[in-house]
Amino acid sequence: MARRILPGFPLALGITLVYVSIIVVLPLGALVFKAASLGFEDYWRIVSSPRAVASYRVTALSALGATVFNLVFGMALAWVLVRYRFPGRRFIDALVDLPFALPTAVAGIALTTLFAENGWFGSVLAHAGIKVAYTPLGIMVAMAFTSLPFIVRTVQPVLEDLDPALEEAAQTLGGSDRSIFLRVILPLLTPALLAGLSLSFARSLGEFGAIIFIAGNQPMSTEITALLAFIRLEEYDYQAAAAIASVLLITAFLMLAVTNILQARALRYTARG
Amino acid sequence: MSAPVKGRPPRVGDAPAFRRALIGVVLTLVAIVIIAPLVIIGYQAFSQGLKVYAEAIAHPDTLHAIGLTVITALIAVPINTAFGVAAAWAITKFDFWGRRFLLVVIEIPFSISPIVAGVAYLFVYGLQGLFGPALESADIKILFALPGIVLASMFVTAPFVARELIPLMQAQGRDLEEAATSLGASGWRTFFFVTLPNIRWALLYGVVLCNARVMGEFGAVSVVSGNIRGQTNTLPLHIELLYHDYQTSGAFAAASILALLAVVTLVAKVLLERHGAGRARRRPALAAPVAAAKTASAEVSS
Repeated sequence: MARRILPGFPLALGITLVYVSIIVVLPLGALVFKAASLGFEDYWRIVSSPRAVASYRVTALSALGATVFNLVFGMALAWVLVRYRFPGRRFIDALVDLPFALPTAVAGIALTTLFAENGWFGSVLAHAGIKVAYTPLGIMVAMAFTSLPFIVRTVQPVLEDLDPALEEAAQTLGGSDRSIFLRVILPLLTPALLAGLSLSFARSLGEFGAIIFIAGNQPMSTEITALLAFIRLEEYDYQAAAAIASVLLITAFLMLAVTNILQARALRYTARG
Repeated sequence: MSAPVKGRPPRVGDAPAFRRALIGVVLTLVAIVIIAPLVIIGYQAFSQGLKVYAEAIAHPDTLHAIGLTVITALIAVPINTAFGVAAAWAITKFDFWGRRFLLVVIEIPFSISPIVAGVAYLFVYGLQGLFGPALESADIKILFALPGIVLASMFVTAPFVARELIPLMQAQGRDLEEAATSLGASGWRTFFFVTLPNIRWALLYGVVLCNARVMGEFGAVSVVSGNIRGQTNTLPLHIELLYHDYQTSGAFAAASILALLAVVTLVAKVLLERHGAGRARRRPALAAPVAAAKTASAEVSS
């Protein structure tokens, strides 16, 4: 096989490598270097401090809650957009991407205003005794908003390509809608759902802008890990900032690996169908 | 008001009662989760009247923040676009060792918290960082100044153009370019007259999304900018400052500009998707770098 018939390889690869090195690899390398220079004992002391552990807890639990909400809502939204025709469908379809297009700080102040105790939704919920803003529930709302498009956008194409013959076969065999959904459709959607779930969860773990406005940011209860890293910086405690940021970095890499495996599986699944 | 897709037998979930109920619930949630935040921005921005809104926008600090945000985008987006095109050209038109790994590295910023990115840049250019002391003695300011803001913006948006182009150019293959070169066209001529017409919509799509993210980036920029009012405050940072100053209508006035940008971005997105942009990524590859690389290797081996 003749290689490199086309020109421009050294230039294109050169630009790519220089850019990736300066913009991506160098800063992440510097962060890892800084965290590694701490020594194991100091590092462990910082990342296992009660305040840090509390921040992991609230971040992970809120991300889990937001992801479960998105799983149900995102799937229902994808289903409605693909399977039904109703006025405004295209408009809603386009709006699904709003959380990606809207800057996180803007989303943050908008959600806080809506869910504050005197806000449109907050006042209604306050009557029911539910407080959203400045509680972990608020963190969950912000995370759910910013990561909503992931599940919709991974499930939607699979749902569009679903072979109607499978459902028809199940219908002729006398399956009820419920059992066909659970035993035929859901298994076919599962790889895409898992891929969307991991993307959504990963995004929620790293989200910052939308959350800090609505969270209340109380240490030990409503302080997310990203904010703790930020606070340590503002206190000029650079070692602690590096250590906590490295925990987020490691988590991101783990989630990236999980997402890639799940997406590759989702792709194999759809390619076969 | 609703109907199943015409011309096909009823499928699972097509029972009218179920359909109406599900559409009702979903639309209500869409109104609460997606539409209400957009509405409240406009409502709050104009709650004190048009005059207060105009004054808030015309405030020197707000104008400065808008200017800084536009300048950042004017620098970061073109550089990022050039990188995206170069990366896509290298990765899709050639086979080389480490290609798959390069794809993963390009996608990394997409999965990293913007705060981590900001902290990481501090350890390169900050006083405690690798180059900080050297930069200080040479009197070059990167952090808490425009270069730092641009660099952090470039980090968070590094994959945006590349990941639109790579799946598309992968699918288009190399035949056209090879034909052009064998007929004697130069590399640049081949790119501008053969490749570019085929990728223009996807390229524009990537640029639009990249621009929206650069102009709206908050976390990474808030670490490296130093939040100096009227100097290094971009528009999202300025919104935070006003909001925490209890200048709610001012904050929402500034936010309304970025919300408008988001709406324009969505409209542009829909228009570009009519030309097929965004599809190559959404359909076969599901934005997965590993998956994209696999399709690539499958193509090469077949």
